[in-house]
Amino acid sequence: MPGRCPVTAPTTAPAVDEGDLLAHFDALVAAGETIEPRDWMPDGYRRMLVRQIAQHAHSEIIGMQPEGAWLTRAPSLHRKSVLIAKVQDEAGHGLYLYSAAETLGVDRAALLDALHRGQQRASATFNHPALTWADTGAIAWLTDGAAVINQAPLCRTSYGPYARAMRRVCQEEAFHVRQGYDLMRALCEGTPEQKAMAQDAVNRWWLPAVALMFGPPDTEAGGADARTAALGAAVSRRAMAWGIKRHTNDELRQRFVDSCVPQAERLGLTLPDPAIRWNEERGHYDFTPIDWDTYREALGDDTHWARQRIAHRRAAHEDGAWVREAAAAYAARTDGTGGEDE
Amino acid sequence: MSGTREGAPASWEVFLRSRRGLAHQHVGSVRAAGPDAALAAARDLYTRRGEPLSLWVVRSDAVHTASPDERDPYFAGARHKPYRYPEHFAPLTEKGPEGEHHE
Amino acid sequence: MSITSDAPVVRRPDPLPGEQPSAAPDLARYLLRLGDDALVLGQRLCQWITRAPTIDEDLALSNIALDLIGHARALLTRAGRLDGTGRTEDDLAYGRSDREFTNALLTELPNGDFAATVARQLAYTHYAVLSYETLAHCADPDLAAFGARAAKEVAFHRLHADRWTVTLGRGTEESARRMRDGLERVWPYTAELFEEDEVVRRLAASGTVPSPAPLRETWLGRVTEVVTEAGLTVPTPAWSATGGRSGLHTEEFGPLIAELQSVRRQFPGGTW
Repeated sequence: MPGRCPVTAPTTAPAVDEGDLLAHFDALVAAGETIEPRDWMPDGYRRMLVRQIAQHAHSEIIGMQPEGAWLTRAPSLHRKSVLIAKVQDEAGHGLYLYSAAETLGVDRAALLDALHRGQQRASATFNHPALTWADTGAIAWLTDGAAVINQAPLCRTSYGPYARAMRRVCQEEAFHVRQGYDLMRALCEGTPEQKAMAQDAVNRWWLPAVALMFGPPDTEAGGADARTAALGAAVSRRAMAWGIKRHTNDELRQRFVDSCVPQAERLGLTLPDPAIRWNEERGHYDFTPIDWDTYREALGDDTHWARQRIAHRRAAHEDGAWVREAAAAYAARTDGTGGEDE
Repeated sequence: MSGTREGAPASWEVFLRSRRGLAHQHVGSVRAAGPDAALAAARDLYTRRGEPLSLWVVRSDAVHTASPDERDPYFAGARHKPYRYPEHFAPLTEKGPEGEHHE
Repeated sequence: MSITSDAPVVRRPDPLPGEQPSAAPDLARYLLRLGDDALVLGQRLCQWITRAPTIDEDLALSNIALDLIGHARALLTRAGRLDGTGRTEDDLAYGRSDREFTNALLTELPNGDFAATVARQLAYTHYAVLSYETLAHCADPDLAAFGARAAKEVAFHRLHADRWTVTLGRGTEESARRMRDGLERVWPYTAELFEEDEVVRRLAASGTVPSPAPLRETWLGRVTEVVTEAGLTVPTPAWSATGGRSGLHTEEFGPLIAELQSVRRQFPGGTW
């Protein structure tokens, strides 16, 4: 049985000089230095990181499903290769992130269990079904596009292993967005039926991307009602003070809308929000504010698909239990060296 | 939720030489029952792009560390020795040691 | 063979320098077989992704599938140029009917449980390494280069299959039983990989590509070594399946191809 990992497992700090430790921690964060696994860190910081990294990892794993369902139906061998590579990257990103989470003293098997039991969640973005081939393009262009904007600042997040994992993730995500745009462009340049399929997919994926990929509204300018804004803003402030987050949800959301509108125009697709228009004064595109109701609508919480994603994941895990047991039994017999130990 | 649970595969630290001229660099970890499975998992996870040259996996519990807790006794000697750095000394004048001239 | 009426308009690629249309119908058919093997097995492995026993295994199986689709693309492209029809990889993958596919039946067998998939991988990868190695020595420099590259990639897939065969065989009682069942299930389909017919004999006689028949002994020696290390025995089935090379497939093949081609067939004249 492996012991706790000495490279990465956190230490328990002596309670005596917690004030000094906190001051040292705050000074490191303020100076833009990274916090490393064996550094002392406040419990709240550790908990927020575990929650955020786990949710991100789970989203990558659950996010494999809507696109994975189209692997066998990709309409050209080139597109099939690209989609396999993309779904594979998602598995990889999930694993990078579980690896980062483990440096905080949690076990990845326990994180997966929490996902399977509904104690931890993946992004609700993927509680929506991928109904046509064009959905694979819309997911990549819009939700991965949102992810890149969301995640780019995380490459400089204060926790070292998370920042390093995110640098790998971001390098690879850029390919996802480009290929999604390329896929949509091919459809838009194809037959009228293909273009209609592309527009339909954008109609269905815009709201999940713009609402859910950035989290709930957290500024008044984001259009939220006062209570939601206050709640969201408090969480964001905490995360920003710790250097986990670098920008508010609404700031990143605006950045996303600003980048998407001209791309949609180039594709000849309409984003399904009549309020989108250039605001000269602000120097940004206006769009329908993500108020709490809009957000809830996008959530698709406890729907057929929300349940289906977890059921699919759980079935894979349970069907594979005997394989994992066999691997453990074989390793125990050979002492993990490949040689027989009996 | 902390610690390694009973029956979970071991944790392995992964080191990759991503191109010629570089040392192996720590890139993350994988979970795997044995060394062959760990190498295969590390290969699939960390070498999907580029021209990687070599991969090491080391069981995480086999790595011994000098951690920040022990920083004072361990690394204290590294500080306060300014004479280990070239900046401590006067810059070389225009005449180099081999008699090179900048004209 | 014909292109079905709803296939997209074919743009004929420029023939390679010094290449006559239909110059090598036998070689075209041979490459089409190898390409169909890779395509169909790759398609089967795609069905595993998001359903594997671990996420690491999702990654491993998708890596293998990706290589196989790559092999299929190279081989189908080449076959389409050599058979004189100028069909592209996609014309061949998406424009043929079930009966026009010439993969060995082994590659189309449903995934079954993980052990059955490992057994299928064991049989295929040991065969494919040998087969691509012979291609690596053929006179055509492009084909030889492809064969050398593909042999290397499949050699990694073979390591994966070997490791899992031994792990499952020597793991738990349940995994050993499943591995044994998996081997029993796929073994009747292995003989077809080494079959000789007129196409293969003519290619061998002209010195273009050697016959796969003599590879069987090496193949059997290698898989026996692995299966023995797994604590199991190589099955000796009382019957052998055949027919894939002449387009006679299993009933499970129809849905596989229907799924592969469904989007493309729904959008006639589409560009992708």
